Amino acid sequence: MNGMLFLIPIALLLGLIGLGAFLWSLRSGQYDDLDGAAERILFDDDEDS
Amino acid sequence: MASLGDTAAAVDLTAYTRAQDDGEQALELIVEGLHCGGCVRRIETALAKQPGLSQGRVNLTTRRLALRWRGAAAQAADLAQAVEDLGYHVVPYDPERLRSGDAQAEKQLLRALAVAGFAAGNVMLLSIAVWAGQAQDMGPATRGLLHWFSALVALPAIAYAGQPFFRSALAALKAGQTNMDLPISLAVLLAAGVSLWETAQGGPHVYFEAAVGLLFFLLIGRYLDRRARGKARGAAERLLALENRPVTALLPDGRQTRLPADQVHAGMTVLVAAGERIAVDARVRTGESELDNSLISGESLPVPARPGDPVFAGTLNLAAPLTLEVTAVGGRTLLAEIVRLMELAEQRSAKYVALADRVARLYAPLVHSLALLTFLGWVLFTDTPWQMALLTAVAVLIITCPCALGLAVPVVQVIASGRLLGRGILLKSATALERLATVDTVVFDKTGTLTEGRPELHDAALEPEGLALAASLAGASRHPLAQALLRAVPVAPLAEGVQELPGRGLLLASEAGEIRLGSRRWCGLPEDESAEGPELWLTAPGSAPRRFAFLDRPRADAAAVIATLKNRGLSVELLSGDRPAPVAGIAEQLGIAKWQAACSPADKVAHLESLRAQGRRVLMVGDGLNDAPALAAASVSLSPSSAIDISQTAADAVFQGRSLRPVLELLEVARRAENLVRQNLWLAFGYNALTIPLAMAALVTPLIAAIAMSASSLVVIGNALRLGRAAPAGAAR
Repeated sequence: MNGMLFLIPIALLLGLIGLGAFLWSLRSGQYDDLDGAAERILFDDDEDS
Repeated sequence: MASLGDTAAAVDLTAYTRAQDDGEQALELIVEGLHCGGCVRRIETALAKQPGLSQGRVNLTTRRLALRWRGAAAQAADLAQAVEDLGYHVVPYDPERLRSGDAQAEKQLLRALAVAGFAAGNVMLLSIAVWAGQAQDMGPATRGLLHWFSALVALPAIAYAGQPFFRSALAALKAGQTNMDLPISLAVLLAAGVSLWETAQGGPHVYFEAAVGLLFFLLIGRYLDRRARGKARGAAERLLALENRPVTALLPDGRQTRLPADQVHAGMTVLVAAGERIAVDARVRTGESELDNSLISGESLPVPARPGDPVFAGTLNLAAPLTLEVTAVGGRTLLAEIVRLMELAEQRSAKYVALADRVARLYAPLVHSLALLTFLGWVLFTDTPWQMALLTAVAVLIITCPCALGLAVPVVQVIASGRLLGRGILLKSATALERLATVDTVVFDKTGTLTEGRPELHDAALEPEGLALAASLAGASRHPLAQALLRAVPVAPLAEGVQELPGRGLLLASEAGEIRLGSRRWCGLPEDESAEGPELWLTAPGSAPRRFAFLDRPRADAAAVIATLKNRGLSVELLSGDRPAPVAGIAEQLGIAKWQAACSPADKVAHLESLRAQGRRVLMVGDGLNDAPALAAASVSLSPSSAIDISQTAADAVFQGRSLRPVLELLEVARRAENLVRQNLWLAFGYNALTIPLAMAALVTPLIAAIAMSASSLVVIGNALRLGRAAPAGAAR
């Protein structure tokens, strides 16, 4: 029974971290330009300059 | 087109520049002509060379460029010029003015969905522990602890994720109405409240998982629905930006100045460079050029402009600089008039209420009375404690909860639009499928819809020698007819030293004498009003003048598609802004009996209104800005994607490619989707009819109610998935 006292908060904490990560990615605009992000991976940044 | 660059002059760019807290300047520009990742890279690489720039990032989805730099606001002009030099036109974008709020609402829903999903998962985990504990021997203390943990997760999650429902329910209550969100809010709040009470009392049954699960499923439906609606935003914003183009005005003292279009007044003189879009309605004072009217009239061929001719805002000056006398600006231009017509027509079609909303309007009061009846019945006629009676009422609210009903329509729409997208058809309006299913009349526009919208060389009796000569000259010009000639003779060698005289034609000085390619007048031939369709003439020393006629061909499968439409019992009509002769020709060729030529945008709307008055349900297929009001006035509308952005905004659906077959596919999928929606609604109702009596008789706990509710949602989703699989009969490619 004692284990539960640890495990439940740990489970909730892990869940909260996932939720926080998603909300952060939403806030930082990672879903704003899905089309652009798909193309940007193809850019060859070191070919010039 | 070297003069294109000076359209970006900076008169009003600084007005859109916002100073940031950290001392940087920020500006957002809409970039025209942006197509792919390659464009993004070109622009960003060019901007990276600009001094002081800290951010220059293109958003391919919204076609916007976000700039931030350190230094003076006036540097905006240099940055915009750097992009213009690459051949893209930029227009300042004012977030304040175009704030739609739609994107914000979508993000808010997604956040609520994430929170509800997190809470639903964790609360369910705890609940399963409690249920398992009941079968074994969990003590009341442990159970109470788990209940408190559930409350800890569920209550804040409900407070946050329930807001979209609570707000909408409150708004409806304030207006003295009920809507679907009211029973949802009541069920969630009651279930949470009773559970909290039970937890505090150390009771055995709490229903946090039902409350949170309910929110989670409903938010999924809500989010899908919102996404289906939200796709059309960007193009409308671009249209508004069109009004922002600065105008080069010629002051009485001979100086030139650049003004925003709304500061120009009638009677002023303005200059329009070649390649620039005209921002006002005006009359040509001096200069001779050709105008691309496609934004206004939908016709693809350039129209000549000579002194005295009227020109309209939104047209593109192709060939040579013009001096114009302004006749109308701002709200009185033809462009503004078309936008106004479109808005009027859209208001009419907005009155159309989605089937699910109509059902919900009747359904919500019924649910409330049933739940209230249950509660009162149990309290008044039995000696059950009031908590039990309340729980029974909550079970009724949950079991009648319109989850399946809420999903019935959006899920079919999402699957149908996914299926259509795979075939090059983009659905933009959430209610388009329902409206398409009832269509009984199809009205087509001609240019760019029934035809491919680009001239093709008429190949009757042309000797290859003259053709090759003409094509070698044509290679020097961007004129659509010259380009059509080049397409017909792709391997012609390019002649050296060809001169282009704007609005007239091409000239090549060879040893034998002048070779001319261009209009009848340019080649020195007598005018002939009876000549049909666009043409080019070629004169060379030592041979007779040769004529090249051009046709705008109908799409290859247009006749077959129209025959199929007629076989299905639909009435087909043709409305065009073009002259009667070519319209009659196309109508006869394709077997369309009812046609009207030379229609103005207002004529088209009037005709569609009269069809509507006869009780017809019209599908309008058309492109061009002149069709935009007609597209909005029809019950439902469709546009080929070669059409310009604005008509894509007005249309409910957009299709790609050179085939007209998507019209058939769309109607077929709409019919099948309508069937599925009806089946789904009946499934949802059948489930309610079965379970409501059980719930009212207190045979169902809120938990079982929540499970049954989810099961009905799954059945509805499964039914909708059938649309994705089977190919519809008769619409195979």
